[in-house]
Amino acid sequence: MALKGNLHDFSITQLLNLIHLARKTGTLAIDGKHSAARASFREGKLVFAQTDTLDSRLIGMLVKVGKITVDQSKKIPANKTDRDLANMLVQAGLLTKTELEQMVRNNVKDVVDRLFALNDGLFRFEPNVLPEDRLWAEPPINLDGIIMEGTRRLKESEKLQEEIPNLEVTLRFTDRPDAKLRNVNLSVDEWRVVSYINPKNTVRQIAQANSMSDLQIRKIVYAMLQAGLVEVIQPLGMPAPVAVPGGRAAPPKAFASTEEKRSVVNKLINFFNR
Amino acid sequence: MQTVKMVVTGPFAAGKTEFIRTISEIDVVSTERKISSDAERIKDATTVAMDFGRITVDEELVLYLFGTPGQKRFDFMWEILSEGMLGFIVIVDSSRPETFREARGILDTFRGYAETPYVIAANKQDSEDAWSPDDLRIALKISKDIKVLPCVANDKDLVKGVLLELLYSILETMDLEGAG
Repeated sequence: MALKGNLHDFSITQLLNLIHLARKTGTLAIDGKHSAARASFREGKLVFAQTDTLDSRLIGMLVKVGKITVDQSKKIPANKTDRDLANMLVQAGLLTKTELEQMVRNNVKDVVDRLFALNDGLFRFEPNVLPEDRLWAEPPINLDGIIMEGTRRLKESEKLQEEIPNLEVTLRFTDRPDAKLRNVNLSVDEWRVVSYINPKNTVRQIAQANSMSDLQIRKIVYAMLQAGLVEVIQPLGMPAPVAVPGGRAAPPKAFASTEEKRSVVNKLINFFNR
Repeated sequence: MQTVKMVVTGPFAAGKTEFIRTISEIDVVSTERKISSDAERIKDATTVAMDFGRITVDEELVLYLFGTPGQKRFDFMWEILSEGMLGFIVIVDSSRPETFREARGILDTFRGYAETPYVIAANKQDSEDAWSPDDLRIALKISKDIKVLPCVANDKDLVKGVLLELLYSILETMDLEGAG
């Protein structure tokens, strides 16, 4: 089952978060207005990315880091896959394995950084499709750090307002076993917020305690939500509408007792199980 | 004769009317009108007030299903429909991610009306483009204690399954409240 949609409705941050939390394996293809990109994931971690605005072939990376010149790159046979070429260079001692891994990781991260700038375009996630002939980031790159970093750059305050409309909510840390704060690169401000996260403190109170603007606190909370580190606790009855003066009286209580309610529910269950 | 009520809500064209029609013993009383807005022209007519379905359990008990109007401009109806409900179902068209944000908003609004158990029905699972219930859970930020169930609104067994899971959730909530 492919995931399809438009980045206008489901942002790149939300997509990466979904891939991360569902530990998906496959390739995400984005067809934006001005550029196209692909990113591949293994069990929710990033292994490969390319965009038509950045040369992600090994030759392009070697030129970029100054290992070879453009003229030299033209002499490399075009039919060589990245994996073949990498093996050849490492065996010839022209490139160390560590240099190669670092180069690939940096390139993949550069591409994904550019993805965050896309806010419109069709996307499609093809499960279990991976680019076997390309060089993968080894070890695979954890997405929570990338999501945090990408979201830091998110400048769309309106969107943040839409995502977190109410600052009177409280936060708690998720109980996912793989959500470990010590593995995430948090800024000083983010750590200050972390120290106040408690079901008794609303997001607004945390902002006031740290002298942060609404936008600043929204950015930090949104990044943590997207990285799956915290979750929102809605205060009970919070969005209830204001009563209309002279409006309707409270509805009658549906059941005289809990036992009566339980009996009705059991009766319905038996009915639907027939 | 005792009557109880469940509410079926969700974004425009999510499949609420079909859901009620599939399980109701009477022809669904539906106040549909021709669509006036181009943006909402996914179907020819939409529910402007409410759908109303009935299931007679026995001589003493009747279950009513109320479907909310899907269009935002009729949301003033939602609170009225939610009064006294046993629980509610949020129906989401799993193949239209552009409606997920709205679905989340509707869910938050209904949670505000009453502290009532609810489930999410991931509708149109027979569509090639449908997001799986697990993916939908993440996309809508639904906590793991809330059920996100596969659904095809015209499949009676799946619709029954959604109603049953809501009933089990109601019992579980009562047990928790009793223990507390």
